[in-house]
Amino acid sequence: MLKIDADKCKGCSLCIKSCPTKALTIVDKIATVDLDLCTLCGSCESTCPFGAIERVITKQSKEDLSQYKGVWVFGEQRNGKVAEVVLELIGIGRKLADDKGCELSVIIFGDQIDDAVNMLSEYPVDNIYSYQAPELKDFDAERYCRIFTDVVKEYKPDIILAGATTTGRSFMSGVAINVYTGLTADCTGLEIGEDGLLHQTRPAYGGNIMATILCPDSRPQMSTVRHKVFPISPKRESGKANIINLTPKPELFSSRSKVIEFIETVGENVNLTDANIIVSGGRGLGCPENFSILRELASEIGAAVGASRAAVDAGWIPYPHQVGQTGKTVCPKIYIACGISGAVQHLAGMSSSDTIIAINKDPDANIFNYADYGFVGDALQVLPELIKKIKASRGAL
Amino acid sequence: MNIVVAIKQVPDSTEVKINPETKTLMREGAGTQINPFDLYALEEAVRIKERRAKEGKETKVTVITMGPPQAESAIKEAISLGADEGVILCDRAFAGSDTWCTSYAVACGCKKIGADLIICGQQAIDGDTGQVGPGIAVHLAWAQAAYGAEIKELTDKSLTVKRLVEDGYEVCQVSLPAVITVVKEINEPRTPSLRGKMAAKKYTPIIWTADDVDADKEKLGLNGSPTRVVKVMTPPSRTGGEKIEGETDELVNALFDTFKKLEVI
Repeated sequence: MLKIDADKCKGCSLCIKSCPTKALTIVDKIATVDLDLCTLCGSCESTCPFGAIERVITKQSKEDLSQYKGVWVFGEQRNGKVAEVVLELIGIGRKLADDKGCELSVIIFGDQIDDAVNMLSEYPVDNIYSYQAPELKDFDAERYCRIFTDVVKEYKPDIILAGATTTGRSFMSGVAINVYTGLTADCTGLEIGEDGLLHQTRPAYGGNIMATILCPDSRPQMSTVRHKVFPISPKRESGKANIINLTPKPELFSSRSKVIEFIETVGENVNLTDANIIVSGGRGLGCPENFSILRELASEIGAAVGASRAAVDAGWIPYPHQVGQTGKTVCPKIYIACGISGAVQHLAGMSSSDTIIAINKDPDANIFNYADYGFVGDALQVLPELIKKIKASRGAL
Repeated sequence: MNIVVAIKQVPDSTEVKINPETKTLMREGAGTQINPFDLYALEEAVRIKERRAKEGKETKVTVITMGPPQAESAIKEAISLGADEGVILCDRAFAGSDTWCTSYAVACGCKKIGADLIICGQQAIDGDTGQVGPGIAVHLAWAQAAYGAEIKELTDKSLTVKRLVEDGYEVCQVSLPAVITVVKEINEPRTPSLRGKMAAKKYTPIIWTADDVDADKEKLGLNGSPTRVVKVMTPPSRTGGEKIEGETDELVNALFDTFKKLEVI
C-alpha cells in the first residue's frame, strides 16, 4: 500500500517527477496514486519534502532475532587458492564485528585445503569453520547452497558477507531463499547503523544511483560485496584463529550437476576482477592486430586487458575482456582507456576505478569528462613509443 | 519440451541524474526496453527450438515477466523475436517485491506453465543483482547453472553448459528440469522478422494474478520482501582532470611521468 497524507501533501508535484512508472498524478492539488501502476519502489517516499507519502508495511518478525550472532565471511577458494576478495571481506568484516561487539568467523568449503585454512588463520578472524570433503572440491551451486543453508540454520550468524563473484552471486541467492532472508547484491558500502542494523549500500542503474538497503525483520543480514572496494585486511599481530573442522552431513551432498572440466584462460591477461591495473582498448584501436600493442603494454606494467563493447562486437577481442553494462564491472586502482570514447554503457562498468587515464584522438570525447588524466592523441602512435620508453628506462637501471 | 524465458522490462537508459533544483531523480528518456541480457536468453531458447525442430522434436518457448499491464510491449517484442507465448504476472500483490519475492512469483508462474528449462539473462541492467535466476531454481528446487556462455549439449534429460567465470570457463552438466542464466557471449540475437512482427501485432499476452499461479500472498510484495530500500541518492559524479595536448613525444613523456607518479612503473 502507498499512503498519501492529504493534510501533509502540498501538491508540489515533486513525487510525480520522481515516479518511474507514472503512477502519480495531482488531483485537486493532492498527489494521488494509481495502484495498478505503482510498484512501491519508494522513489516518491524519499523525494517528498513534507513526509506525506509512506509505504505501509505490516510485516513483523516472527522469530527472536537476538539469537543471531556474529559476522561470517564466505572463504571462497578454488584448488586451494583463496579469492582475494576474501581478505577484503575479512577487513570490513572485522570492523563490523568490532562495531557490533561480536566475533568474526570465516567459513570455507573445499577438499584438502589446510594450507588455505592456515593462511586465513594469520588474519584477524576469531574462528574458521572448515568443511572438507572430496565432494566439495569443485564449486557446485546446489550442493554449496544446501550445505550453507544447513550451517546458517545451525549456527545462526547475524551477518554473512560473500564476494560478489560468479560463485558468490550464483549460490548466495539460494541460501537467502532457503532461510527466507534478504540478500543485497554487489555492496560497495557496509556499516552498522545507529539502529544496530547492517546498512548496505550498493550501486544500481549502472552506478548512476546508490541505494541503501536494510534487512530489518529477518536474519542473517546477507550481502555479496564487490571486489576491490574494501582494502585487504592486515595480518593479525598475535595469536591464531580457532580452527573448527567439520564434516557436512552426507545427505546434503546430493546434487544434480557435475563439473566436467575447467578451462583456465592462463596468460591472457583476462582476469579483470583481480587486476590492479587495466589497459582497455576501444574502436579507436582500429583493428584486432592493434590489441597486441595493448597486450604488450599490459604485460610490461602487469595489467589486465579490457575492451569496450565496440571492440568486442567487432570481433577484435573475446567477450571475457568486455568492460561495461553488458560486460564486466571493474574497479581497479588504475584504468587506462585507449581509443575509448566513453559511452554511458562503458562508464557503467569502470567509472568507480580509483584513477582513470584516457588517451583519445578526439579532444571532445566523453571519456575526458571522467578521466583524471587525459591525453589528446592517437593511442596507436603514443603507446608503442611509451612501451619503448618504459623498456629503455628499465634497461638503464 | 517447454522452455520458459524470464524477462524484465527496464528503462531504455540507465542514465539517472538529480535535478539540482528539485532534488528529484530524473531519468533520461522515458522509454522501456527488454533487459539486454534477456534478449540473449530468448535467442538461445529460440535457437534450441529451431535445432530440436530439425530432429522432429517439439518445443514451446514461453516468455514470462512480472509487471504492470504496460509490460505487454515487452511481451509483444519477445513474440516478434520468436517466442510462442507470453505471460505477464500482473497483480497489486506483486508490487514492491524484492529479489526474494520476484523469484518466488516467477517460480510459481513457471510451475504453472510446466517448464522443463528456464533461461534468464545473467542480471538486469537496472537492478544489477543477478539474484532472480538462481533464486527461481531454489524456489523450484531445481538444478542450476549461472553465467552460461555456451550450451554444449541438450538432451531430454540433461544440459551441458560452459559457464564463464573469473579465470576461465567451467563446463558442467545439469539434469533437467533446470534454470540457467546466460551472458552476452552465448549468441547474437536476431532482429524481428516480418512474420514475427505480424505475429506480435495480433498477439494478446496471458495475464495471471497471484491466485492464478497459486502464490502465497504473504510471500509477495513489499510485506513479503525481507529487504527494504531506505535511501536512494546519486553518487558524486566524476569530473575530468587535466587534459594534455601536444606532439606524440610530448604525450609519451607526460604519460611516462604520470605512470611514474602513480607507481605504474
